[in-house]
Amino acid sequence: MNILIYTETREGSFKKQGFELISYAKALSGMTGGEVISLAIGEIFDEELKKAADYGASRIIALEADQLPDNRNLSKLLIQWIKQANAQVILFADNNTGKAIAPFVAAGLKAGIATGITGLPEKTDPFIVTRKIYSGKALAKIQVKSHYKILLLAANTFGIKNDPVVPVIERHNIEAEYFESPNKIISTEKQTGKILLGEAEIVVSAGRGMKSPDNWGSIEELAQILGAATACSRPVSDEGWRPHGEHVGQTGKVINPNIYFAFGISGAIQHVAGISGSKVIVAVNKDHEAPIFNVADYGIVGDVNQVLPKMIEAARKIKTE
Amino acid sequence: MKILVCISNVPDTTTKIVIGADDKNINTAGIQWIINPWDELALTRALELKDAGKISEVVVANVGTAITEATLRKSLATGADRAIRVNTEPADAWTVASNLSEVVKNEPFDIILCGIESSDHNGSSVGGLLAGMLDLNFISSVSGLDIENEKLTVQREIDGEKEILETQGPVLLVIQKGIAIVPRIPSMRGIMQARTKPLQIVEATSSESMTETVQVTLPPEKGKCKMIDAENAGEVIRLLREEAKVL
Amino acid sequence: MNFEFTEEQLMIRQAARDYAQRELIIDVLERDEKMIYPARHIKNLAELGFLGMLVDSRYDGGGMDTISYVLAMEEISKVDASVSVIMSVNNSLVCYGIQEYGTEEQKEKYLKPLARGEKIGAFLLSEPEAGSDATSQKTTAEDKGDYYLLNGTKNWITNGNTAGTYLVVAQTHPELRHRGINVFIVDRHSPGISVGPHEDKMGMRSSDTHSVMFNDVKVPKENRIGEDGFGFKFAMKTLEGGRIGIAAQALGIAAGAYERAVQYAKERKAFGTEIANHQAIAFKLADMAVKIENARNLCLKAAWLKDNHKPFGVASAMAKLYAADIAMEVTTEAVQIHGGYGYVKEYHVERLMREAKLTQIYEGTSEIQKIVISRDVLK
Repeated sequence: MNILIYTETREGSFKKQGFELISYAKALSGMTGGEVISLAIGEIFDEELKKAADYGASRIIALEADQLPDNRNLSKLLIQWIKQANAQVILFADNNTGKAIAPFVAAGLKAGIATGITGLPEKTDPFIVTRKIYSGKALAKIQVKSHYKILLLAANTFGIKNDPVVPVIERHNIEAEYFESPNKIISTEKQTGKILLGEAEIVVSAGRGMKSPDNWGSIEELAQILGAATACSRPVSDEGWRPHGEHVGQTGKVINPNIYFAFGISGAIQHVAGISGSKVIVAVNKDHEAPIFNVADYGIVGDVNQVLPKMIEAARKIKTE
Repeated sequence: MKILVCISNVPDTTTKIVIGADDKNINTAGIQWIINPWDELALTRALELKDAGKISEVVVANVGTAITEATLRKSLATGADRAIRVNTEPADAWTVASNLSEVVKNEPFDIILCGIESSDHNGSSVGGLLAGMLDLNFISSVSGLDIENEKLTVQREIDGEKEILETQGPVLLVIQKGIAIVPRIPSMRGIMQARTKPLQIVEATSSESMTETVQVTLPPEKGKCKMIDAENAGEVIRLLREEAKVL
Repeated sequence: MNFEFTEEQLMIRQAARDYAQRELIIDVLERDEKMIYPARHIKNLAELGFLGMLVDSRYDGGGMDTISYVLAMEEISKVDASVSVIMSVNNSLVCYGIQEYGTEEQKEKYLKPLARGEKIGAFLLSEPEAGSDATSQKTTAEDKGDYYLLNGTKNWITNGNTAGTYLVVAQTHPELRHRGINVFIVDRHSPGISVGPHEDKMGMRSSDTHSVMFNDVKVPKENRIGEDGFGFKFAMKTLEGGRIGIAAQALGIAAGAYERAVQYAKERKAFGTEIANHQAIAFKLADMAVKIENARNLCLKAAWLKDNHKPFGVASAMAKLYAADIAMEVTTEAVQIHGGYGYVKEYHVERLMREAKLTQIYEGTSEIQKIVISRDVLK
């Protein structure tokens, strides 16, 4: 069973989760046999392209383009290459792009799709994977019955593992027809240099306990020192204190960072649903009865605005050591 | 212009999950069913556009058994013009999408809205599958929609990037938060009007599925929380590095 | 017997719950503390149709049944009884009274804007010396041929200042005692009406309660409801229905406190375990649950009787008496379960306890309800 990974690119490089996907595919190929093929679409530097081999991709394909085709064309392009590469398992990152493209691809291939998976299949014949449902409040074992199998791996759940191979690297052009689209981009607002919440290893999150949007400076400071993404609870995004994209929880983003800091977040069941995949949760809340402490690994009872400067100081110290 | 909003019927987000006797589903006894939160926001935006005279008809559709009718009726009470229920217990997103695609093949819509995921299975697949089955233009992660002279202005938000697109129907939009601020609450008048609005039941054309749930379990419980004195808050950073080894 | 709610009744309950839990909760503490009238919420609830939900749709009402009304009142009251009392007075006293006994012209002119919630109604019965004893009205309505002249003072009037339309009970023929009483629809802004200061109440502090003074206020003849001397009967009939609203309010206050107590008991730990695991607390919660269930059943029974056009006066008195009394008991226990936290405002239960007290007093004190019930028992 050949495995094809759609590795997203960003400014000439792989997006970080690409290497985790390749590591996963390499491990999976140990169960299924077959080739590990990575496919990138867009701009990507040669040096960067080679890195895919460090994690086990033996065939590395780059389809060159200044900009990405629209969702439908991108999906069709992928379908074409999946068939060309004779791949049977297709891997995507479980992020907005993966969730957008993978189902369209699935429709074209008549493939079963399993999103939000966090580990290797239990077995491959029948093909059974475990995924989170109810935002992590339960786990479901899913049998993918179709010939083609599409998997979306949640970030930071498998890890990046070095397993170098000697690759074949190929570059191809994309036919012009793939760039025809009924959609016209009017404007884009890019935020570069920011760590993306969906793939961040550390997330510094805050809630209503911050009292005012003016107090977010120290949240951003701590995040910056730790190389973390910032996030927030639902009331905070509903109030317009923070953008909706930062909302973590059942109806917001579901994340799996290594460390999740919850400042002034009480820990309502819907919020916890979005963070239960975190490896370590640190909670700071003035109410020692706050339910967040039931799911936290480390807890501090106190005023967030007094605790934060102490943590910032400690973080700065540890980073300069 | 006609909008179709695909509606999923899900347990209330505060539901405590209990595994059902068959180990393949959750126990639905006593569960309060609601409209999937993303679908509800999509519907709210569709109704806002209708109120503004930019949409002529808002139709809601669901693939499910009779239990989902309360949810459809609520959509009608909130302001949707009519509802379609495809009568089957869907096995997976494929079943849902293939039945919805039949609905759309029978009756074309200018705009189809699907929530980015449902809060129960978190599959995030129906919108893309439906677009794929219909070979329809689709835009994902949509957080804003407006219409002017048959022209759609669509805002997308992905990982902090904001993109404004112009397009026209037919198009399928996968909706995320931000499309509407708060879901609309049905009014007494709306509830009364819903009595006479059409809720059409059509039989499923397909029961084919690509995946099957083998077993549902609860995640392992978390260990105890280690408390650190607020005066000594910096200590937690050291523990993250030396004890938890995650920093 | 059928204990199932209809899909529509459940939808109304959910709509009320959504509004209460999403919107009312945001500023309820501040409004209570500073006695701020919930203007924004009343406007929103009017748009949703809650303020005239019982009124026939012919008169721009919601056309809903009394069961739905009980469900909605309970949900709103779980969070904010100041808002639900405004809803109750408008629906079950003012709108009900005009719809049931008013002329077609009165309904056209006064009921419609009340049902749409564009105007709020107030029911002016209580006087400084006539609270529970409504027969001894001191406010007079002198028959001047083509108009009545109103003089006197009304006390503890819910919506006293914000109302646009008053229903005023006044004595026209003192010699006929209660048979001489009339009720009038009076425009709040008629010359000669003055409103006293906002009463600084123990609970339901954000509803505006005022004294209203009438000094030679001219009321057109056609604004009298019913025959000459119908006023007392009007008041008694209207209050029968009003009691269902207040009973449901008391039920909601109790249920709101109970839900908070259950959640707190599951989260708060003492002696190494959640306090819900201590029998002292668990049994309290069981007792509260039974009381609330009883009160709910009494409310729904009275509502069912009313919806089916059967006599409901005694049933509504029982519902109001019981629900008000258990609201006091349940909220007190909810504070007890919360311990010290229960005594501070942030946890809501002390406010609910203050609100509960009023349900034993207004729209017929608990003692008055016992008179109604015992008279029926002994008849």
